[in-house]
Amino acid sequence: MNGSRAGWMFAAPALIVIAVFFFLPVLAALGLSLTDFDIYAVADSDNLRFVGARNYLRLFETPLFWKALGNTALFVVVGVPLSIATSLGTALLLHTGVTRMKGVFRTALFAPVVTTVVAVAVIWKYIFHTRYGLLNYALGLVGVHPVDWLGDPRWAMPAIVLFAVWKNFGYNMVIFLAALQNIPEDLYEAARVDGAGSVQQFRFVTLSALAPTLLLVSILTMAGYFQLFAEPYVMTQGGPLQSTTSVLYFMYEEGFKWWNLGSASAVAFVLFLLMFAVTMLQFFVARRWSQP
Amino acid sequence: MSPAGTARSLACAAVIAGLAACAGSDETVLTLWAVGREGELVAQLTQEFEASHPGIRIDVQQLPWRGAHEKLLTSFVGEATPDLAQMGNTWIPEFAELGALAPLDRELAASPIVDQKDYFPGIWDTNVYKGHVYGVPWYVDTRILFYRRDLLARAGYDHPPRSWDEWLDMMRAIVKREGRDHYAALLPLNEFEQLLALGLQQDEPLLRDGGRRGNFRGAGFRHALSFYVGLFRDGLAPRVTNLQVANVYEEFARGWFAFYITGPWQIGEFKRRLPASLQGSWMTAPLPGPVGPGASSAGGASLVVFASSPHRQVAWQLIEFLSRPDVQRRFYTMSGNLPPRRTTWEGAPVADDVHAAAFKDQLERVKPTPKVPEWERIATELYVIGEQAAHGRLSLDAAAAELDARADRILEKRRWMLEREAAAR
Repeated sequence: MNGSRAGWMFAAPALIVIAVFFFLPVLAALGLSLTDFDIYAVADSDNLRFVGARNYLRLFETPLFWKALGNTALFVVVGVPLSIATSLGTALLLHTGVTRMKGVFRTALFAPVVTTVVAVAVIWKYIFHTRYGLLNYALGLVGVHPVDWLGDPRWAMPAIVLFAVWKNFGYNMVIFLAALQNIPEDLYEAARVDGAGSVQQFRFVTLSALAPTLLLVSILTMAGYFQLFAEPYVMTQGGPLQSTTSVLYFMYEEGFKWWNLGSASAVAFVLFLLMFAVTMLQFFVARRWSQP
Repeated sequence: MSPAGTARSLACAAVIAGLAACAGSDETVLTLWAVGREGELVAQLTQEFEASHPGIRIDVQQLPWRGAHEKLLTSFVGEATPDLAQMGNTWIPEFAELGALAPLDRELAASPIVDQKDYFPGIWDTNVYKGHVYGVPWYVDTRILFYRRDLLARAGYDHPPRSWDEWLDMMRAIVKREGRDHYAALLPLNEFEQLLALGLQQDEPLLRDGGRRGNFRGAGFRHALSFYVGLFRDGLAPRVTNLQVANVYEEFARGWFAFYITGPWQIGEFKRRLPASLQGSWMTAPLPGPVGPGASSAGGASLVVFASSPHRQVAWQLIEFLSRPDVQRRFYTMSGNLPPRRTTWEGAPVADDVHAAAFKDQLERVKPTPKVPEWERIATELYVIGEQAAHGRLSLDAAAAELDARADRILEKRRWMLEREAAAR
C-alpha cells in the first residue's frame, strides 16, 4: 500500500503534466467540436450553440476535406517509407562505409533537422524554380524538360515530399546509427562462419536486430508526417488547385482563416483518431511479425 | 522615478518649452497597419504628416496580403487591434458586425476634406454597413477588359464591345480569323472575380431574403453563369487556370487571346512586360454588360479606425490627410493605385494615363458585393463551382443549385441569429 502510494507520488509530476497539457486540451477540443464556435461567438458568447455531431457530419460531406485526406495519405504513404529508407541507407553508410571524417558527415546530414523550415523553404523554392532552379538545371543536363515543381498540381506534392524527406531523414538516421552500434559484432562473425553473404547478414542480423528501432521510427515518422503543415504553408499555401492542402492545413484554414473553431476542432479530432488507429495497426503488425 | 528618468523628463520639459516635439510621454503614437506594398509606400506619406503635426508619431506596421485578414481578426480576438488599418473593403461588413470598427459618421459630417459626393458611389457604398460609415476609401480596384486593338481591327472592329451580344460577335470573329489554337478571351478558372463581375451586372442580387440565402438559381445569376460557361463551351476561352499559363504577358503578346478580364495593377505590368512593338496595340475598356455598358465589382482598400482606439480624433486627422486629392495623386505616382475621388482623377498624373481612363468610366458603374460577413467564403465557392461548370462536369442547373446549397449552408448561422433577433423584438 505504502509502496504504491510512493510510486504514485513519483509519477505524479509527469502525470499532472500529461493531464494538463494533453488530456485537458483533447477534452476541450472534443467539447469545442460539438459546438459551432465561430467569429460570431467570439463577439458575443450568446451566439454559441451546441450542435452535437453536425460538425462531423458536415465534414464528411465536404469535398475539400476528402481531398485533404487523400493528399495527406499520399504524403504519408510515399514519404514515410522513403524517409525511413533514406535514414537507414545513410546510417548504414556512416556505420560501415565511411571511416574518415565520420563526425563531419554525421553533422552535415543532421543539419537540416535543426534548421528552421521557413529558412530552408526559401532555399528550396529556388531549387524548385522552373527557370532558374538547380533541380531543373540538373534534369536539363540529362535531357528532361523543365518541370514546374510548385506550380503544377501533379508535381507539387512530390516536391513537398522531396523537401520533407530531406528535412527530416537526419533525425531517424541518428537513431538508426545508435541502434547499429549496439549490434554485437559476434552475431556477424557467427553469421559469416555459417556462410552468410553480406545480403543475408543484412537481412538476418542487421534488420532483425533493428526491428524494435524500426517500429519506433516508423511510428514517430508516421505521426510526424500525418501532421504535414509547415511545408505547404510556406511553399505552396495549399495550392496549386488544392493539391498540397493537407488535413492540418485544411484545419488551419477552417480555424484561423474562417474562424470556425468548432469545425476546426472536429477536423483535429478526426485526425487524432485516424493517427491513433494507424499506430495501433502498426503495433499489431509488429507483434505479429516478431512472434515466430 | 529613476534619476535617469527624471533627468529625461526635465530635459523634455525644457525642450517643449523651447521647441515643439519631444520623444517623451506627450507624444501621441498612432499605430497604422498597412498591407502589402502600400505598407512600404505609406511611410513616405506619414512622415510628411508627422512633420506638419508635431507631437504625433505614426508607427506603420506592414502586413503581407496573405494573412492580413487572419491577423486583423486575431488582433481583434486578442484585443490587440491597431488604431487604424488599411482594410480590403469586402471585409468591412465582417469587422463592423463584430463591433471592431468605430463608426465615422460624426467625423465625416464635420470634415471639410472628406466629401462623400466626390467619391465613386459604388466604392463609397462598400464602407456603409447598416446605415453607418465605417471606412474611407483609400484606393480602388475593379475588373475591366484589357484587349488587343490590332487583333480586334483584323477581325473588323474599330471599338471595344459595349454589350454581351456585340462582345460574342467579336470573339467569334477573332477565333475564326486567328484560327485553331487561338482563343478570344482569358478568364482564369482559379479566380472568382470574372464570374462575380458578370453576376453583379444583373439586376437581381446575388443573395436573397436580406442576405439569408443564396440567389444563384435566380434568373439573373443563371444568365451570367450561362454566358460564362458558354465562353468555354464554344471554344472562345481556354479552360485553364492562371497556374497553367506559364507567362500571361507572353501569351497576350503572342495573340493566344485578345481579351483579358483583370485589374488595375496590370496596367503597370503590361507596360513593363509587353514588347515595345506591342505597346501601341493594347488598350483597356469597361466591361460590356448584358445590354449596354455593364457593372463590375467595387473592390479596393479603405482606411478604418478601430473601436478600441484611444486616439480616434488623431486617427481621423491622418485619414483626412491621406484623402487629400494632392496626397492621393502622389500616392498614385508612387504605387499606381487608382484613387477613389473624382477630383483626384482630374489633372496630371492620373488623367494623363490613357490606360486608366477606362477604369474611371467603369468606376461610375461598380457595385459592392453582398454585405454579409460570410461573403468571402461564398466567393471562394463561386470559383470552385464555376470551374466545374466550365469543364462541363456540372450542368447549369446543377451548378446553380450546388452554389445555392453551399451558400445556404454557410449562411445557416446568420439565419439563426437574424431569426433570434426578430423573435426577441
